[in-house]
Amino acid sequence: MSSETKQILTTDGIPLEVSLKKAERKNKIKAFLLVAPLLFFLIITYVFPIGDMLFRSVDDKMVTQMLPKTFKAMENWDGQELPEEEVFAAFHEDFIKLVEDKREGKLSTQLNYTKNGFKSIIKKLRRKSKSFEEGNYKEQIMSVHKRWADVEYWRAIQRRAPEFTGQKYLKGMDMYVNEEGKIVSVDEDRRIHRVLWLRTLEIAFFVTVFCFLMAYPIAHLLATLPMKYSNLLMICVLLPFWTSLLVRTASWMILLQQQGIVNDFFVGIGLVADDNRPEMMYNKTGSYVAMTQILLPFMVLPLYSVMKTISPSLMRAGKSLGGTPFVAFWKVYFPLTIPGIGAGCLLVFILAIGYYITPALVGGASGTLISNQIAFHMKSTLDWSFASAMGLMLLSGVLVIYWLYNKIVGIDNIKLG
Amino acid sequence: MSKQKDFVKFENVDKSYDGKVLVVKDLQLDIAEGEFITMLGPSGSGKTTCLMMLAGFETPTNGEIYLGGKAISSIPPHKRGIGMVFQNYALFPHMTVYENLAFPLRVRKIPKDEADKKIDKALSMVSLQGFASRMPGQLSGGQQQRVAVARSLVFDPQLVLMDEPLGALDKNLRESMQYEIKHIHESIGVTVVYVTHDQSEALTMSNRIAVFNDGKVQQLSSPDELYEKPVNSFVAEFIGENNTFNGEVSDLSGDKCKVKLANAEIIANPISVKSKGDRTKVSLRPERALINPKDKMDNIHNGKIEEVIYHGDHTRVRINLLGNPEFILKVPNSSANLDIKLGNEIKIGWNSQDARALDPK
Repeated sequence: MSSETKQILTTDGIPLEVSLKKAERKNKIKAFLLVAPLLFFLIITYVFPIGDMLFRSVDDKMVTQMLPKTFKAMENWDGQELPEEEVFAAFHEDFIKLVEDKREGKLSTQLNYTKNGFKSIIKKLRRKSKSFEEGNYKEQIMSVHKRWADVEYWRAIQRRAPEFTGQKYLKGMDMYVNEEGKIVSVDEDRRIHRVLWLRTLEIAFFVTVFCFLMAYPIAHLLATLPMKYSNLLMICVLLPFWTSLLVRTASWMILLQQQGIVNDFFVGIGLVADDNRPEMMYNKTGSYVAMTQILLPFMVLPLYSVMKTISPSLMRAGKSLGGTPFVAFWKVYFPLTIPGIGAGCLLVFILAIGYYITPALVGGASGTLISNQIAFHMKSTLDWSFASAMGLMLLSGVLVIYWLYNKIVGIDNIKLG
Repeated sequence: MSKQKDFVKFENVDKSYDGKVLVVKDLQLDIAEGEFITMLGPSGSGKTTCLMMLAGFETPTNGEIYLGGKAISSIPPHKRGIGMVFQNYALFPHMTVYENLAFPLRVRKIPKDEADKKIDKALSMVSLQGFASRMPGQLSGGQQQRVAVARSLVFDPQLVLMDEPLGALDKNLRESMQYEIKHIHESIGVTVVYVTHDQSEALTMSNRIAVFNDGKVQQLSSPDELYEKPVNSFVAEFIGENNTFNGEVSDLSGDKCKVKLANAEIIANPISVKSKGDRTKVSLRPERALINPKDKMDNIHNGKIEEVIYHGDHTRVRINLLGNPEFILKVPNSSANLDIKLGNEIKIGWNSQDARALDPK
């Protein structure tokens, strides 16, 4: 055959290559149009909210916009001693405007995040400012409350000058920027978030371990039992899925409370004394028990789907070649289930790390997780930027775990079914 | 070392899974050392169950199995030291070929250099040198099959079991693997118990064949005997092609009997008929009947050609003969001068010795 290739033409004279490309382009457009609704949906419901969350967590424009003149005047202030009259005058001008718009309350809330004690002095300033005379604002403002004469409070205001800030992230790790501009930890007795992060990791880790230990034998049984029994068992595994999460958690409350069924049983068989019933709820134990039960199917299903594909003749081969049942299991069966283990553990861990309802209901004070804290800031303190920051920290934590998993086991080694 | 006659011995073995139906009934079977024995039978005949009992994955309900004179029913599979090739090869997919072969050696704590030698030897036996570092998934079906054979032999077992090992291969590869396994068996002298439902495979490879049906061994003999001298009509029909006539024994004397058919009478060789009046099924191999025989034969009848099928090396001719419209003849291609045409009447003859009067079933 000659190496020279002749251009092949279609019946209507267009080169085949061109008309092929045309047809392919059509297919590509068709394919894109098919996925477009989902893409659009994902952008609206996923990419956009996460972007907004990211923005919110670092956005600090509110104060910047409320006190534009003050911050302009503060540009030349070195922060060592009380600022000059010029700064006080600018602050007064900004403040009067805020009072006119009835927005001084927001300012006090915002400044209070930075330093406690702003709320009352701003309220007082609003009252007194009505009778201020023109000129010498420094004296007049300082006479409202002694805190207005404290350089610390002016520094706190200055710290809110930048439009963007990472301080919410620092707060999420119990750290803050101190007066000297250094990043330091808060006092030991005021640290709450670090404990929560560690507890979240700890509970997620142990829930994953418990789920694995319980799910592995179940999945193995499911995969090896004859169809009629395995179907029944499968329904038992899936039944919790069909029940509302709230109902399941509530039933754990009935079981675990101090006058509950489990405790009654323990007392009945004489395991514990009636006046010394153990607390199994409103603490970590409650979170462990309820979360393990609720997340168990997420471990069983990937394990089952992987085990189902392992031919029983492999174990037989292992044994017939001289391996004890344990060796055959450990060297042959177990390595083949690793993709399922990886998928199940990753799934359960990621779900557990962000779990909310169950720990909120049965976790009590010592069993709540970081997600409860996020919800608290979303609903109660309305510090959405802080909630966003913690949410993003959680998300990046999950991504780090995902990355680690990919490094150690390999993400293509995962199998969900 | 003298060869043991009953190296493997099944003694009155019964097996039932559900307590109602016996899958294997009162099995008696002796296998000599170094023998290649095939368990042949349709599916559900109990042959695989026998193999699994021998391997230790099933326990006999009654009776005992002996290996080298020792009862093995209570020995777990991993202590029996029996090599096994599975239907779907059962290679460990997460290990390389080398690791697959090293598995039985490693669990036996054989030092690495000695193990390497054994693995090399086993791989060269199945001509797969240079494949040691491949994963099973990268091999073709035939290559995987050879790895499975090598793995079952690498730890020098005295007995190797093969459970339909060639079932998943295509026809050509299956045939070449049959010879390969046969040659390996001949060169190392290991005892092989082979299970298949493919009769040509059994005939090609075995020293002896045990034909299973309905949980029982119907006949245990060498391939030629099995084909030439089936002892009952199941074996006759299961092995090879077969022409049959159903009839009644009208006369029985010495090594000949007369069988009365619907509208004719033929002379046959009485195998399992005992007396006059017995129902019987006469079995005749297609190649034993001749067209227009020159020699004198004691059965010569006229038939009408119903169908002629060209097969290359031979021609199959379907003839309506003595009320049997399915009578098959195989005519070698050299005898093209014969008058084989659709619709022709021809003379067919055979010796009564080849027409075996078996049980009626």
